[in-house]
Order: sequence, then structure tokens, then C-alpha cells
Amino acid sequence: MTLIADKDLSPIRLSEAEAGDFFALLKPRVMSLVVFTALVGMMLAPGHISPVLGFVSILAIAVGAGASGALNQWYDADIDAIMSRTKKRPIPAGIVTGGEALSFGLVLSLLSVMTLSLMANAVAGALLAFTIFFYAVVYTMWLKRSTPQNIVIGGAAGAFPPMIGWAAVTGTVSIESFVLFLIIFLWTPPHFWALALFKSDDYGAAGIPMMPNVAGEGSTKKQILIYSLIVGPVGFLPYVLGTGGTTYAVVSTLLGIGFVYYAYGVYKMPKSDRVMKPAKALFKFSLLYLSGLFATLLIENLVFRAAAM
Amino acid sequence: MEQERITLTDKQKKAQRNRSMALGLALAAFVIIVYVSTWAKLGANLLQRPM
Repeated sequence: MTLIADKDLSPIRLSEAEAGDFFALLKPRVMSLVVFTALVGMMLAPGHISPVLGFVSILAIAVGAGASGALNQWYDADIDAIMSRTKKRPIPAGIVTGGEALSFGLVLSLLSVMTLSLMANAVAGALLAFTIFFYAVVYTMWLKRSTPQNIVIGGAAGAFPPMIGWAAVTGTVSIESFVLFLIIFLWTPPHFWALALFKSDDYGAAGIPMMPNVAGEGSTKKQILIYSLIVGPVGFLPYVLGTGGTTYAVVSTLLGIGFVYYAYGVYKMPKSDRVMKPAKALFKFSLLYLSGLFATLLIENLVFRAAAM
Repeated sequence: MEQERITLTDKQKKAQRNRSMALGLALAAFVIIVYVSTWAKLGANLLQRPM
């Protein structure tokens, strides 16, 4: 019998991966933003959830988001190996195999959706399942490599957590939670395009069609400015709907003006500018913008709850 | 019959121990989470069921 002898048998691979390497597959920094925005959605929702179930729901949402990050890294290992920002991730670094990351992501996806469905409700569980599917399949496998609108549509995946947090309490999707979704959804393109402007060589080398490589820097800058003009007023909507108070109205106005100001700085950035300080400044400010809006909503809500006690 | 055996290097042993510990802790945490959440969700109703 030569069946086995004919095959190219690779030596048994003994893993040197530690728990921390698997934790890195979950994209902890993205997960922390997910935890934060989901918590805000949960706190703002009308109704009551026991602290234990609230904690477990947030944990399930965080693990679900992490699982989609692991699936993303499994599928994107080839391009992650090319980009300087991602080449040290566990799979391209050769620490974790693709198969290990895939099973890790799938098991955690199932566990997180099951836990959230049982401990909160089916609507929250279904939204989490859809978010994982959207990020891992729609964004990672389809949009990311095929269209410069990748992060415009794919941004929805990152925008769902406050809606899931809200649904964990109410069992529904409402206009208020949709507005929280909309803020993150509209914030994502200018945030990532600012990054893509000063990292366009990286994305270009990996063959990812980001806006600056496809439509050019001029068009990207214009679109960043347009998005900033939309996200500013949308950021004010929670005040209109009553989910935010007067402090939120002031903070969201100031941050909205700041966003447009920094976006205008990028718009006016000369083509010869290769250091791209305005783009880097907008990228940093956009992080402050989103965390500022959600932190204000959270603090206002906590103060209101404390006063009502 | 002589058998080939795989001997783990120190680094592989350390990584294996680390993974086993983390997996054990994660499983224990999951059991506790399910137990505590079940009480939180059902409360006293937990014991009110047809026997």
C-alpha cells in the first residue's frame, strides 16, 4: 500500500500559543469600545434589567464581538501578513493556526448568541448573531476586498452594540436605539478614511480597495467633509429624542463643530503633504468624538438615576 | 516494537499548561455565570414547577 507514503506528510505541529494569543484574536481594543457602547445602550433603555443579567448580557455581547474578530483574522490572515499594522497578529505571526482561530471564533459565536438569547431575550440574541454574520461574512468575506464602500456598509457591524444593549433590556428596537446605531454608522467612514489616508500605501500593498487608493485622495477628503457635516447633526438627535439632556446638547454641539473643523482641515490639506498631520488629528479627534458623546449620555443617565433615588 | 514518542519542549509545555489553565478557568466561569444568571432570571420561581 503506498497510499500514505505518497502523501506529503507534514510533521505534527505542536502549538506554542498561550491564552494571551487567543485573547488577541478577539481584538480587545475593539471589544472595549463595543462593551462601552453596548453598556450605554443598556443604561439608556427604558425598563429594568437585573445587574447580574445586565453584566452577563454585556459579557455575551463582548464575546460575540470578539468572536467575529477571530473569524475576521482567520479569513484575513493573508492580507494581515502584508500590512505593517496587522502583521504581528497571532495567525500571520505563525503562533495560532487558521483552523484554531476558526474553531475558536465559531465556538465563541455560538456560546455568546446562546447565552444572550437565554439570559436576555431572543431579539438581543438575534441582533448579536446578525452582527457576527455581518462582520465576518458581509464585511470581511465580501465587501472588504471588493469595494471602496467596504467600511461604509461594514460600519453597521460596529454600530449594532448599543442597539443590542438596548434590546437586551426592552426586547425591541426603537427609534432611540436606531439613532445610537446611526451615530456610529455615520462616524465610521470619516474615522477609517482618515486612517486610510495616512496608511494608504499599506492598504494598497495588501490590495484592499480603500477610498484613497480607488477614488483618490481629493475625493476621499471631500467625502470625509460631507460625512462630518451629516454626523454632526445626527450626533445631536439623542437630545431631540430625549435620550440626552442639556449637557449632552452642549457637548454634542461642541464635538460636532470640532469634527467638522478637523474634517475641513483634512479637506484643505495640500496634496504634497505626506506627513498628513490633519488626517492624523482627525483620526484621533474622531475617537474622542464618539467616546465623548457616549460618555456624556452615560454620565447624564447615572446622575439622573442617582437623583431619582 | 519501538514507538516514536513526541517530546514537548519546555516552551511547548509551558504554553500547553497556560492554555489548560485558561480553558479551565473559562469553563468554571461559564458554569458560575449560568448558575448565577439562572437564579437572577427565575429567582424564587426556580422551585415552582410541576414535579
